[in-house]
Amino acid sequence: MKEISLYIHIPFCAKKCYYCDFNSYVAPELVPSYLEALKKEILLYRHIKQPIKTIYIGGGTPTVLTEKDLEALIDCVARHFHIKSGAEFTVEANPGTLTRRKLLALKTLGVNRLSLGLQAHQDRLLKALGRIHSAIEFEECLKKSREAGFDNINVDVIFGLPGQTVSDFIETLEYITAFLPEHISCYSLTIEKGTKFYEMREKGLLQLPSDEEEREMYHKAVEYLTHRGFIHYEISNFAVPGRMCRHNISCWKYEDYLGLGAGAHSFMQGRRFYNHPSPLDYIRSISQNMLPVENMEYLDIMEQRAEFCFLGLRLIEGLDKQDFKRRFGKDIHEVYGAAIQKLSSTGLVEEDGERIKLTPKGLDLANEVFVEFLP
Amino acid sequence: MSIPRERIRNFCIIAHIDHGKSTLADRLLEYTDTIPAREMEAQVLDKMELERERGITIKAQAVRMIYHADDGQDYLLNLIDTPGHVDFTYEVSRSLAACEGALLVVDATQGIEAQTLANTYLALEHNLEIVPVINKIDLPSADPEETKREIEEIIGLSTKDAVLTSAKEGIGVKDVLEAVVRLIPPPKGSIDEPLRALIFDSFYDSYKGAVAFVRVMEGEIYPKKVIKMMSTGKTFEVTEVGVFKPDMVAIDSLKAGEVGYVVASIKNVTDTRVGDTITDAERPAEKPLPGYKKAVPVVFCGMYPAEGEDYENLKDALGKLQLNDASLFFEPETSAALGFGFRCGFLGLLHMDVVCERLEREYDLNLITTAPSVIYRVTKTNGDIIDVDNPTNFPHPTEIEHIEEPYVDASIMLPTEYVGAVMELCQDKRGTFKDMQYINQKRVILKYDMPLSEIIYDFFDQLKSRTRGYASLDYEISGYKKSDLVKLDILINGEAVDALSFIVHKSKAASRGRQMVEKLKEVIPRHLFEIPIQAAIGGKIIARETVSAMRKNVLAKCYGGDVTRKKKLLEKQKQGKKRMRQLGSVEVPQEAFMAVLKIE
Repeated sequence: MKEISLYIHIPFCAKKCYYCDFNSYVAPELVPSYLEALKKEILLYRHIKQPIKTIYIGGGTPTVLTEKDLEALIDCVARHFHIKSGAEFTVEANPGTLTRRKLLALKTLGVNRLSLGLQAHQDRLLKALGRIHSAIEFEECLKKSREAGFDNINVDVIFGLPGQTVSDFIETLEYITAFLPEHISCYSLTIEKGTKFYEMREKGLLQLPSDEEEREMYHKAVEYLTHRGFIHYEISNFAVPGRMCRHNISCWKYEDYLGLGAGAHSFMQGRRFYNHPSPLDYIRSISQNMLPVENMEYLDIMEQRAEFCFLGLRLIEGLDKQDFKRRFGKDIHEVYGAAIQKLSSTGLVEEDGERIKLTPKGLDLANEVFVEFLP
Repeated sequence: MSIPRERIRNFCIIAHIDHGKSTLADRLLEYTDTIPAREMEAQVLDKMELERERGITIKAQAVRMIYHADDGQDYLLNLIDTPGHVDFTYEVSRSLAACEGALLVVDATQGIEAQTLANTYLALEHNLEIVPVINKIDLPSADPEETKREIEEIIGLSTKDAVLTSAKEGIGVKDVLEAVVRLIPPPKGSIDEPLRALIFDSFYDSYKGAVAFVRVMEGEIYPKKVIKMMSTGKTFEVTEVGVFKPDMVAIDSLKAGEVGYVVASIKNVTDTRVGDTITDAERPAEKPLPGYKKAVPVVFCGMYPAEGEDYENLKDALGKLQLNDASLFFEPETSAALGFGFRCGFLGLLHMDVVCERLEREYDLNLITTAPSVIYRVTKTNGDIIDVDNPTNFPHPTEIEHIEEPYVDASIMLPTEYVGAVMELCQDKRGTFKDMQYINQKRVILKYDMPLSEIIYDFFDQLKSRTRGYASLDYEISGYKKSDLVKLDILINGEAVDALSFIVHKSKAASRGRQMVEKLKEVIPRHLFEIPIQAAIGGKIIARETVSAMRKNVLAKCYGGDVTRKKKLLEKQKQGKKRMRQLGSVEVPQEAFMAVLKIE
């Protein structure tokens, strides 16, 4: 039987960061009814028999929940789904919200991977991002996590921040690698509508690095982390051998996943669907015994091929031509020959007998590549 | 019901935009029960949606009203509407020629404007009886006495019989009607003379064909009569005559002094030319009515469908507009950059704007228009003289002996405090100062001799912004003058783009060229490679900018499996590319082709 991944969304934060447009709210009063709804949603999907190979609890900030709440939630998941032994189980955490007790509780509940948001080393940058923690707190948090027995930890950093220089970013990389995390995600800052940063940029109050500087930061990250033994395996992700994030890889490899909670996205059997983003709408819908699905999209074959390609190309190893043929019954060149030809000639992709992948230049201009695969 | 000629009054309304012409017309129609108030669609005379939005009347119309006057008699009033913009001076003059009188409507809060003045002089030339109407007297800032004084001093018109109104509030409407009856003379002309009818407008009806709006000067016109157009000699048999009430109503005949419409199975509005005289083919008049001129386009631009497959649709749409607009000119042209399209000619910038907007709005076409051009007269070294309305067709500099360009007499009316700013603007636009007249202590008229090409490059917008909207402009083509002009070419990635070339005075070539490449640098997106943008005159580069290569276009994160959103972003990018024009390996957005208009 095909295995699937499970995503659970906790849309709450202690404070909204200035760059963040994720589906998250500062609304502690909603937490109890939200968790009730989440448990009910789990029940609505208990007929799913496929083994769960990865679980990812993301947010928001899942660790704003109490130990008791986390325990009740994870218990419920374990009772109603068939979790494969050895499954990867990640929880996202904000350094400002982790206590020793919470860490121990998570560990006992079977969580075996933590994803910590640091974003930058310099406290002035952290403050400018609206983060609630300092670098020192991050250090303590990391130390406590190790003591609690976590041996698979990711650290998130963001580059291209307002006021950030290339040397600031290198310093951040040096700083985190000193703690020997197993995984590092380096995200390029995107200014999204609806965020405080967006407003500031519109008013001309945001001093962003130029594209050239921003790319220099990225290239430095690739060079530095690779040199330190990390494998660059996806546009924004680096891991020591054996510690790549299996949950995210399954998404890029076009495998099925189920998302639970407000605004969570699912991809099951060629359909994409997602829940009401507003926690209130989500709660209301569940309380009326309805699936809280906001929208569902049936992907035709053209769209499936396109998605397979642009998701697969995010991986540094590229996409597997055999896999394409197996899924869609056609040679990839038969469908995308012209596009691949054009992209190879402009130096954005390269291919060998088995795979097609982005070149270093293609990594910087990945969207220029992806659009060529759209129907 | 038959009303004798002595009780007919033919009149029009002269007014500046927003001074209340349409509102007053509405009130007259209501008061005379021509249209019951409840059926009154606001401002009936402006038919087109576009006109209503812009507050201007483009096509003249005529409405027949019956007014029961205080003397106990019924009068037949024909209100002939006139366009109120400088592009349509000739059409206005023909409408005036169809009347014996005019209401001069002046906004009591604003005073007389340049356009009003020009049209009033035109009316006086046609010996029209002018009745001043001081409108908007209900507004707190109204100054009727000062407005009267302006009318007397500037136009030299007695305001003894001036009527005070607020068309909006319905004040003074009856007084206006009484003044029309009392002051405007009845039409002259005998029914026994050979037929002469003046065409002052026309439109195309898909069932009836071209419909001519006429004023019968002498004789009579009725169905079955064979008529002759005196400018072309073409003959047609009349199938219907009638009047506007304001809908078309057929009647038995139109007699000397009357205003109405004529239908005669005429397939094309080019056969119902404004200003032409209709006569009786069997008993023709000796001479046509005076004043006929063929409408000549003075401003030209290239018009291309944004999507190539719309070429046929654009052709059809232009054809349909031309059915109603004999002054619209178009012929096919091709551009290396823009593909297949049309060279279009217009009476002026407003006419061009209106046509573009109608094409986009009513025919749902997405257009790329090139910068407007006037007609340059080029004398070549071999002695040939050619007219050039498209920079692409300009001869090579070495083949040019000299160039002439059209000039206009421009009159600008403005408050005194802006004189300095406007003189500076006119200077900058290569204008030669001719005269300045004080209307009163607050307002002046400036007269300049100016190249038409400068007027069509955002002169009007600049004038408005420098005078906070208080200036008004009128101009008339005065003739051609020798000028030191050059063709400026734009090269993108080393290739000259024909659609971006324009003609400019030598003294301004360097700055225009620099501004143009700067502007293009802003609108052309980064590509995978570096793109030089250059301005050149006769092969010599005078300005250069570079669009540097794209360094980054990558989405960092996939938000919790939200592939849909990611896909939408990519689709948006793809749509954006689709709307671009491919010039060699460079994708250029549509707005680039209008860039020349956006520079100062």
